[in-house]
Amino acid sequence: MLVYALKRLGVAGLVALTVSFLSFSLIYVSGDPAFALAGETATEADIENIRRVYGFDRPIVVQYLDWLGSALTGDFGHSNYLNTDVASVIFDRLPVTMTLGACALAFALALAIPLGVLAAMRPNTLLDRFALTVAVIGQALPSFWFALIMIFWLGITWRLLPITGTASWLNFIMPSVALGYYITPAVMRLTRAGMMEVLSSDYIRTARAKGLKPVRVLFKHALRNAIIPVVALSAVQFGFMLGGSIVIETIFAINGLGFLAWESIQRGDLPMMQAIVLVLACFYIVLTFVADLLNAFLDPRIRVS
Amino acid sequence: MIRKLLTTTALAAFVAVAGVGQAMAGKADDTLVWSTDREVTVVDPYFNNTRELVIIGNTVWDGLLFRNLKTGDYEPLLAESYEWIDNTTLEFKLREGVTFHDGSTFDADDVVYTVNFVADKDHGVLTQANVDWMDHAEKVDQYTVRIKLKEPFPAALAYLAQAVFIMPEGHYDGAPETAEGKKNYGAVEPVGTGPYKVTNVVPGERIEMARNDDYFKASPKGMPAIGKLTFRTITEMNTQMAELLTGGIDWIWDVPKEQAEQLSEHPDVTVENAKTMRISYIAFDVNGTSGDEQFTDKKVREAVAHAINRQSIVDNLVGPASVVLNAACHPDQFGCTQDVPAWDYDPEKAKALLKEAGYENGFETDIYAYRQREYTEAVIGDLAAVGIKANLKFMQYRALRDLVWKGETPLHHMTWGSNSIPDASASTGHFFSGGRDDPAKDPKVTELLAEAGTITDPDKRKELYKEALSIISGELYWLPMFSYAKYYAFSSDLDFTPTPDEIPRFYTAKWN
Repeated sequence: MLVYALKRLGVAGLVALTVSFLSFSLIYVSGDPAFALAGETATEADIENIRRVYGFDRPIVVQYLDWLGSALTGDFGHSNYLNTDVASVIFDRLPVTMTLGACALAFALALAIPLGVLAAMRPNTLLDRFALTVAVIGQALPSFWFALIMIFWLGITWRLLPITGTASWLNFIMPSVALGYYITPAVMRLTRAGMMEVLSSDYIRTARAKGLKPVRVLFKHALRNAIIPVVALSAVQFGFMLGGSIVIETIFAINGLGFLAWESIQRGDLPMMQAIVLVLACFYIVLTFVADLLNAFLDPRIRVS
Repeated sequence: MIRKLLTTTALAAFVAVAGVGQAMAGKADDTLVWSTDREVTVVDPYFNNTRELVIIGNTVWDGLLFRNLKTGDYEPLLAESYEWIDNTTLEFKLREGVTFHDGSTFDADDVVYTVNFVADKDHGVLTQANVDWMDHAEKVDQYTVRIKLKEPFPAALAYLAQAVFIMPEGHYDGAPETAEGKKNYGAVEPVGTGPYKVTNVVPGERIEMARNDDYFKASPKGMPAIGKLTFRTITEMNTQMAELLTGGIDWIWDVPKEQAEQLSEHPDVTVENAKTMRISYIAFDVNGTSGDEQFTDKKVREAVAHAINRQSIVDNLVGPASVVLNAACHPDQFGCTQDVPAWDYDPEKAKALLKEAGYENGFETDIYAYRQREYTEAVIGDLAAVGIKANLKFMQYRALRDLVWKGETPLHHMTWGSNSIPDASASTGHFFSGGRDDPAKDPKVTELLAEAGTITDPDKRKELYKEALSIISGELYWLPMFSYAKYYAFSSDLDFTPTPDEIPRFYTAKWN
């Protein structure tokens, strides 16, 4: 088990490095970073000087290896654009995105799991169709549009919630709902399918036959088994939300990691992009492990095997 | 165990973000909150060249001179008087009794330190054009200083009034070092002499400023009426507007025309359209380096010029403060005259010219652009009407400028803001002096501009610019399009007047 885990970790690390090198090269292909740093009105002399002073005149491989060497010692370098230490910026932004991702996931699970369970208990009824409609809308609705609609009603018209920033927990409600609603359908469908399969299995029939209370059968016996694939899915979705919250962060003026990634691409801030790619890649790896651990906790058979 | 872990993580995350305070906006809090879409972390006008830092630079720092927007004159600011000793030496008598935000007294040593620091290329000031005309500064006595220029540079006063801000002596000496051992000058705490002082910086999110109550009374900028100023980054225009409508922020700009018109119907919002120094132009591949040879023929260039309805773009897309341009500069710049060959909208004439040039059935080409896609799309529509099929290549600025430098664009539609410098040397002088931005490299134009950029006689300069601009427009190296206009939207509580150089003077704003 340990050897397997270490092997997977090694592969994941290589993937992260490959991704980081590819993104490094791609950013260069999209234009000269000295241009980005110099700004729109820069003259030829400005750009030449910036290239020299900031070291963009070195071969790209040398720049990459320099960066990699430092990164391995925990130093992600210096942001060309923000003119500050990359690591400190990323660790400033990370808690914001983590909070947003966690709240969105909590919202998605709180909505999707009960809906999925109810739909599975009463298949092909009005309730089931309602749950499926919620799911279809969630999938069809672009999150930016949903966000703007919420801003219009909840922010401007009724003035119930603050629109931008991260000042209090109230600020997180609209962005979390907008971000979380997007993953609700997948979780709901998986819960529904899992529950329907489990509810028709022999051991549930046995449990019922023993005369156990329906609630106990539903939560203790059925849901615990049906939820295992949902845990794995949620971990992946959480990773997706960390990287994919760019639009939501932009709309609600939340300065998190997603927004930082977008801005860094725009302005050709190579060290920042590198660090973000690496941090996000590492998050995916960690999340997969966490999902495995959670699954083992929920399903003793995994622990034994 | 896992439940506990999850709870702790969630709590920790909340605590981490709960520390971020949200300043209130508006008249009741005496806090003017303004917002743009750009993130600002480095609060130093030499190490951040965004428009936001040009604005904050003028708010937190003072230069030696001040440009009076009404008269166009350069008035003393940190200087009390100035004179040209010779073509390359400017002497300033400095104002006494001025203090920096940290309490230190301003004198000649600060000017000498600042000029000598920024003029040194190795310090990596981002916009070299703002400072590289200065060679060094010398102290004459405690309140007299001389700035030596590298060569005669008539736009010196414009740069001194707008882009050369005075820092206290030794300001950058204590700059922290980066991991690579380079000095991080942008990380130095901002200290100036200006009407507002920086009180708090939340990187990437907000910059808070408070009125400098010790600001010197004689300053032409005047003592600010509003107590606090906060800059916030909100990238999404819809969100900016939502915050403006709900009173979360007081001032935004760059609002698209249609949305500005909608906002203007709201009683709590004032909308204004004001001119800016940014100009729009189309440049032709006059030398055929892109592989498309059509534009080497002047008749084809004329056909393009006659085909585009610039007035319609101005009226329908840009806004009432925009004007059609005939010359390759902004009308507010010194030396810029619009009295040059002009090309009116005449699609029939365009068709006839194309026929004469041998393109009776039109031709296909590429047009490159990076900004306000809809303006370029309007151009494409006009060109299509006379038979020129122009395929839009829309890309990021830096990628496009690279292509332009390599001469790979048959037509490119771009813009230029001149760094808000009101002198034709910052536009015409930049684009037609034979460098990589010069599409034509016409030796006669280069010669005229070189002379205009280095002599100090204003009348002679005007003559030289007129001659150069006439050749540029006459030969159609460029088709000057229009000047940009910006829509500003702000709280009706705010008494604010936009200025044509895109540097909002928040220190002159008041509450109604």
